[in-house]
Amino acid sequence: MMTMTTNETPAIEVHQLVTHYGERMILKGIDMDVRPGEIMVIMGGSGSGKSTLLRHLLALERPTSGNIRLLGQDINACDGQQLYELRKKMGVAFQSGALFSSMTVGENIMLPLYEHTRLDRKTMEIMVRLKLEVVNLAGFEHLMPSELSGGMIKRAAMARAIIMDPKLLFCDEPSAGLDPVVASALDDLILRLRDAMGMSIVVVTHELESVFKIADRVTVLDRGEILFIGSVDELKRSDNERIQNLLHRRAEDESLDTDAYLERLTGEQVILNAGL
Amino acid sequence: MNTPATASNPIARLLERIGRSVVVGIEAVGFTCSMFAEAVWWLLVGWRRKQPVRIPAVFAEMMDIGILALPILGVLSATIGMMLAIQGIYQLRQFGAESQVVLGVAFSVVREFAPLITGILVAGRSGSALAARLATMKINQEVDALWVMGIMPVRFLVAPPLLAMVIMLPLLTFFSMVLGLLAAGFYISADLGMSLPAYFDQVREFLSNDDFMHGIGKSLLFAVAIAMIGVANGASVTGGAEGVGRVTTRSVVHAISAIVIIDMLFAFMATR
Repeated sequence: MMTMTTNETPAIEVHQLVTHYGERMILKGIDMDVRPGEIMVIMGGSGSGKSTLLRHLLALERPTSGNIRLLGQDINACDGQQLYELRKKMGVAFQSGALFSSMTVGENIMLPLYEHTRLDRKTMEIMVRLKLEVVNLAGFEHLMPSELSGGMIKRAAMARAIIMDPKLLFCDEPSAGLDPVVASALDDLILRLRDAMGMSIVVVTHELESVFKIADRVTVLDRGEILFIGSVDELKRSDNERIQNLLHRRAEDESLDTDAYLERLTGEQVILNAGL
Repeated sequence: MNTPATASNPIARLLERIGRSVVVGIEAVGFTCSMFAEAVWWLLVGWRRKQPVRIPAVFAEMMDIGILALPILGVLSATIGMMLAIQGIYQLRQFGAESQVVLGVAFSVVREFAPLITGILVAGRSGSALAARLATMKINQEVDALWVMGIMPVRFLVAPPLLAMVIMLPLLTFFSMVLGLLAAGFYISADLGMSLPAYFDQVREFLSNDDFMHGIGKSLLFAVAIAMIGVANGASVTGGAEGVGRVTTRSVVHAISAIVIIDMLFAFMATR
């Protein structure tokens, strides 16, 4: 079982993060942290910069200024080898799953083990079956990703993300586009990963239901700035008008179509995000 | 880079647009070259860093690029060999010199037609597939997934097809030479009443090692060009499924153009 990193060093520390795409400023000085063993939910509408922030946290993009520490290490100061070592301690479940379509589910999940460890094939297969058990997909290892449903793809992606027992787990929209039962099962899974394995987990989502269920703390992004950081209770009690809009409009009407929802969230100014 | 031209004068605007496309073009060439350098680097030192280029992946690519292309390449090569024999005999007959046809056929098949037809066929078959695959993976966030798993995409996605291409294209070219010469031989022996062994004796007499290496050497350059143009186009995809179609088409056009230009440059350098 995973031992927790020392409680003093945050799992993630973001300091004055600024980023531009060409002339446009996407993130305008973000400060946030994620404590070890907590679930931090990042919320925000389209164009709020949450996808960009996630790409920075994953070290897929370099910021204009500011820095990010993952597990105590400044990723801007890392060389290739250090980043490589760091990445073995991170798991990511992408929004689309991003399973490799030419490999079976089992091979997909096994890939990090195959690349980073020297375990023999039998052991790796056992570990894959174990993780599939965890995400409730036991027996599916021989299927191709194209044969899976949306919810199964997300769960398989989750299994791949946790195969190396990471200290840090990132989930991009884990329950978007899923029916409520499956979405809720995924939320349970995230909670279980925190409780059983002590992972620090960052979840990007705008599904309020799962925010209330899983979040230890919530970060709300709006137009590249942090609108709010705090617990779910504090979020509910917040008297900031934009947060209240975000919470109540959504709660009043569950069957909103996305476009109208986005328009209301961002006040007509729907900026299509590059990292969609 | 698609910002509209800003100058008011139409000539200045034209110049600006030309300038921009030149910059974009140079950027693309630079991107391709740096990716090539990175792929070679991984092939050479990857195993020392415990991040080797996987041999099974290379074999899978070799199967795809090489073995599966044999039937269609065989048909094309034989057809071209025969076509050359027909045209050669027809032209030379006007001077009563049709027995010289072997010289023309042997030289043109080995030095030009075999490498060229093989290159163009593989560019259309495998270069496009490479571009499409990489582009789809990029759009599907699979390339990002590789990054965050600590698997370098160039090592994983570019190095295997590059190596496979460099191994298979010369072999395919050799296969094409043999079939082209054989098919031409059948036609010539039937038309001129020359026996096949006599035909091959002549071919061997006319052709030197230099001619053979000229054809094979060219195909090595074609291999690098096809693989790198395919992956560079695939990696530069933007905009969904439509973008995949666009980069796939573009990679075939670029690769065939590159093959023809390299062919000319190589002939120029090698014959002076």
